[in-house]
Amino acid sequence: MAGTSIMETLFQRDLDDLIKGIRQQQIKESLFISKAIEEIRREIKSTDLPTKSAALRKLSYLSSLHGADMSFAAFHAVEVMSSPQFFYKKIGYHAVTQSFNDDTPVILLITNQLRKDLNSSNQFEVSLALECLSRIGNVDLARDLTPEVFTLLSSSKVFIKKKAIAVVLRVFEKYPDAVRVCFKRLVENLESSEPVILSAVVGVFCELCLKDPRSYLPLAPEFYKILVDSKNNWLLIKVLKIFAKLATLEPRLAKRVVEPICEFMRRTEAKSLLFECIRTVLSSLSEYESAVKLAVVKVREFLVDDDPNLKYLGLQALSIIAPKHLWAVLENKDFVIKSLSDGDYNIKLESLRLLMSMVSESNVAEISRVLINYALKSDPEFCNQILGSILSTCCRNLYEVIVDFDWYASLLGEMVRIPHCQKGEEIEHQIIDIAMRVKDVRPALVHVCRNLLIDPALLGNPFLHRILSAAAWVSGEYVEFSRNPFELMEALLQPRTNLLLPSIRAVYVQSVFKVLIFCVHSYLLHKENISSVNTDNLASEVPESVFARMSCENSDLATSEAPASSEQHDSFNPRNINQSFGDLSIENGGDATVSNSQASTSASLGRNSFTQESIVNLFNIVELALGPLSRSHDVEIQERARNVLGFTDLIKQEILNPVVQGEENLARAETEASRVVKLMCDAFSEELGPVSTSAQDRVPVPDGLLLKENLADLETICGDIQLPLSSSFSLSSTPLGEAVDISRTNLQSKDETEPSHESTSLLAEHRKRHGLYYLASEKSEVASNDYPPANDPMSQDKLNDDAEDLLKLTEQSLAPKKKPNQAKPRPVVLKLDGDEISVAAKKPELKDDLLSGVVQDVLLGNDGVPSSSRSNRSENLSGKSKGKEKLNTDLSLETKENVPGEKMPDHVNTSSRRSKHRSHGKERRQKGQGKDGEEKEDNGQKKKRKSNHHRGKHKAHQRADEPSNVVAQTPVIPDFLL
Amino acid sequence: MIYALFADMAVADNGSRQGKVRLTKWYSPYTQKERSKVIRELSGVILTRGPKLCNFVEWRGYKVVYKRYASLYFCMCIDQEDNELEILEIIHHYVEILDRYFGSVCELDLIFNFHKAYYILDEILIAGELQESSKKTVARLIAAQDSLVETAKEQASSISNIIAQATK
Repeated sequence: MAGTSIMETLFQRDLDDLIKGIRQQQIKESLFISKAIEEIRREIKSTDLPTKSAALRKLSYLSSLHGADMSFAAFHAVEVMSSPQFFYKKIGYHAVTQSFNDDTPVILLITNQLRKDLNSSNQFEVSLALECLSRIGNVDLARDLTPEVFTLLSSSKVFIKKKAIAVVLRVFEKYPDAVRVCFKRLVENLESSEPVILSAVVGVFCELCLKDPRSYLPLAPEFYKILVDSKNNWLLIKVLKIFAKLATLEPRLAKRVVEPICEFMRRTEAKSLLFECIRTVLSSLSEYESAVKLAVVKVREFLVDDDPNLKYLGLQALSIIAPKHLWAVLENKDFVIKSLSDGDYNIKLESLRLLMSMVSESNVAEISRVLINYALKSDPEFCNQILGSILSTCCRNLYEVIVDFDWYASLLGEMVRIPHCQKGEEIEHQIIDIAMRVKDVRPALVHVCRNLLIDPALLGNPFLHRILSAAAWVSGEYVEFSRNPFELMEALLQPRTNLLLPSIRAVYVQSVFKVLIFCVHSYLLHKENISSVNTDNLASEVPESVFARMSCENSDLATSEAPASSEQHDSFNPRNINQSFGDLSIENGGDATVSNSQASTSASLGRNSFTQESIVNLFNIVELALGPLSRSHDVEIQERARNVLGFTDLIKQEILNPVVQGEENLARAETEASRVVKLMCDAFSEELGPVSTSAQDRVPVPDGLLLKENLADLETICGDIQLPLSSSFSLSSTPLGEAVDISRTNLQSKDETEPSHESTSLLAEHRKRHGLYYLASEKSEVASNDYPPANDPMSQDKLNDDAEDLLKLTEQSLAPKKKPNQAKPRPVVLKLDGDEISVAAKKPELKDDLLSGVVQDVLLGNDGVPSSSRSNRSENLSGKSKGKEKLNTDLSLETKENVPGEKMPDHVNTSSRRSKHRSHGKERRQKGQGKDGEEKEDNGQKKKRKSNHHRGKHKAHQRADEPSNVVAQTPVIPDFLL
Repeated sequence: MIYALFADMAVADNGSRQGKVRLTKWYSPYTQKERSKVIRELSGVILTRGPKLCNFVEWRGYKVVYKRYASLYFCMCIDQEDNELEILEIIHHYVEILDRYFGSVCELDLIFNFHKAYYILDEILIAGELQESSKKTVARLIAAQDSLVETAKEQASSISNIIAQATK
């Protein structure tokens, strides 16, 4: 045995060999490492200490730099650590410090070794043990070693003392009762003349203060003294951090420190200290105008500095102050905007945030203009950052900052054109949202949407599909504002729409339906007008019809060529025709401008062209384009396409026939068709408005509504996919109507619309230019959800007025909604549609949740320290105050902490504490400090403990009690910290 | 409070910008898996940043302060509340002490004397806080420990020599 170990010693590869081996890379690194670890596993079992320690050292290296697992060596590390020789001890400690955690079983074994080393006469051994404790100290270690740490706190060696002080932080975290023992000595060190000690103890208090400043208010005089006396920048930075916390709690304290801090700002050369001063002033002393002004001057110096670090920090400082003193940001606007084009992404991001904080009604257009220009120039990532922040800022509080919605609509349109734009969801949501909320913006919005729809290039970008979906919906819903419905129809049916997702295509088809109805209806009105003009010369018509009548000659010219060209193609397959639409629209447009240039505007052109031919042409286009879709695999598309086709079949005959039959029959023959069309048109022209998510709950189920019966009805209707064209109107149009209702979601009940009008009138004063439609209580995000639920109200509406047939339909559409699980395919699909939008609306929140989740993850999950420190911190604080009491009594040490109180007579807490101190000793402390509820609770607990207090075992039990207490409190604290 | 420190090589031998870690120190408990993940993520963020940019990166609610010295990046992960410039000074402080100790430090020094780099770091930071701001003091302490180690080493080698000779 001895022989082998000697052989091992002689031929063992040491760390240098290992490192060289890895660097040579003669074999693959991972292979080399796994081989090395195998070797180490063997060597580490050796009884020979040099061999063992060398193996351990290699393992530590592999673990820290190559992620090797070293948990198997835990026991061996303990063995090496207990070697009397410093060289090996050091290796052992390093391994233990690096690899142990609370779950390591052998951590139980090191308590005695640590104690021994903490008591060692060799200061370096003590230092090793302290370092180890500072890193891996758990509850047991902290508890068992508290006496040793306490002793070391008064060590005569500065080297040991400073480390002991630093370790106290960890000990407090893990074992709050240690506060009772050590706190006083810690506080005493605040008056140490040794800068290193002072720095260590201030560091500890700084950490403690960040978690719960209130408990340390009584120590303010000591900190103040350091602030005034110290020349050490490291120290001052920490003290400033403490005061940043304390000053927010105690205004009089703020008053005291503001002058010294300003003095530092004026004089210091050190940027780190200067920045800390700036940050302290901006975050905690923002009421002191002169100080803020000075700080802003210094911030400006940072901003103009060449050092990107200072620039970044300057921007950060501005964003701290932005909510309170916006002038500081506005003053530096030039720099902020200039920083947008900085080479550093972080700086750009920071300036973007700042810029958004400046946005107001008066400058939103200007800022957006600047930002869009930057977005055009910048890389995709930042471009979308910019777009995202514009969108979120503009929609804040129901588009609070937007006055000119026409401008905003065109801005949205512009965003879509930015090549890198990936904000489809958000833009989609906003387009629909403002369309529903803001009546006045609709014409402009429809125009913007038309421009989007008509551009075949946009269809190639999948990120924009959702926007196109919104554009299609808006164009269909508000088709009456369209300048040229025919052109719109062609856009909606252009061949490249096959690039769209089925769900979005379904929206297109539905919009086609709406546009078609609108055109036919306008045509029929127009006809009626002509006939009425013929019979008697009454002129009480709708504006459209007036237009139509006046320039109907022009329109004939304009459209005569279009039908011809499309008829040519009729004989070919649908595909070709589809492709020809693009050309067609161009031709059309060209003709139109040529023929009408002398007289009519393009708007009137659109209105004029409802002639027989144009309508026939429209039917042809629709049939050709939708024909293939009626066999689509997607039920939603198929269904909607069939609805449209069924409608065209129904209407077309009656519209075409009269041509053959002649003028006299026309009026009579068209009555049925016009009735249908009118009905549909009415259904479509109901006003949609934003509906709150809770609207559904407010709709009572109508009396006598038998859901089950209606559902059964619906089934038969839906099963009937082949539309029986010959059947009566009510049957054939049933599916149509339903689809219509659903997609439109329209029609709020009167109860629903009334409140919105009310709120409009309320808001009218401050938004006279544009009537915003607000809901009484709901946020804008909610709006788009509802268009499905809005059906229900409509059902009631319909009950009263229109056709009996529709009653059934709406009831049916109502029924499935109330019981979604029983729903028929169509309503469900529609709900999906709605869902998509609602998802878009809710996304931001969700992201936030996720984000905070990730943060939590990192804080609580990935690294235990922050979480544990946090939870423990609250224990600490309570523990700390207890500690003081204990000290005073049990250890019968003088209550020196009270001295600070005398130095700061204007300090309410201290003075009250002092007075109480005389009468009560312990209890005065807690009461005097004015702690919140939690501490008082602890107080109670503490008294209980005191009754049977004996340090040792008993405390372990108490500790077990405490955590539950703590868990309840922690949720508040992390929020505060983050 | 400093949560972690590591030194990352900017350009690996094969020219890729995937760094090689030369030194890691964690002041809060992470598992081995989390450590690798953090390093991977941060290397990706930091090593891709060009020169002349600011030395701060926001990362998962923390801030990461880094500084490049020759081919080595020193990174520290800190709280939101910490002072970035102070941390930069700490990094510089550490590098200066390394430089003094090794005599114009280079990456190879860290590679072959990684444990010494740790011991030096342990004299500068404790529990995530700066403990010694004097370079001289640190140098003195490290020298004292080195001499302790040397004597221990000498003893060890002499003993093993004796044994080796005895068994011959």
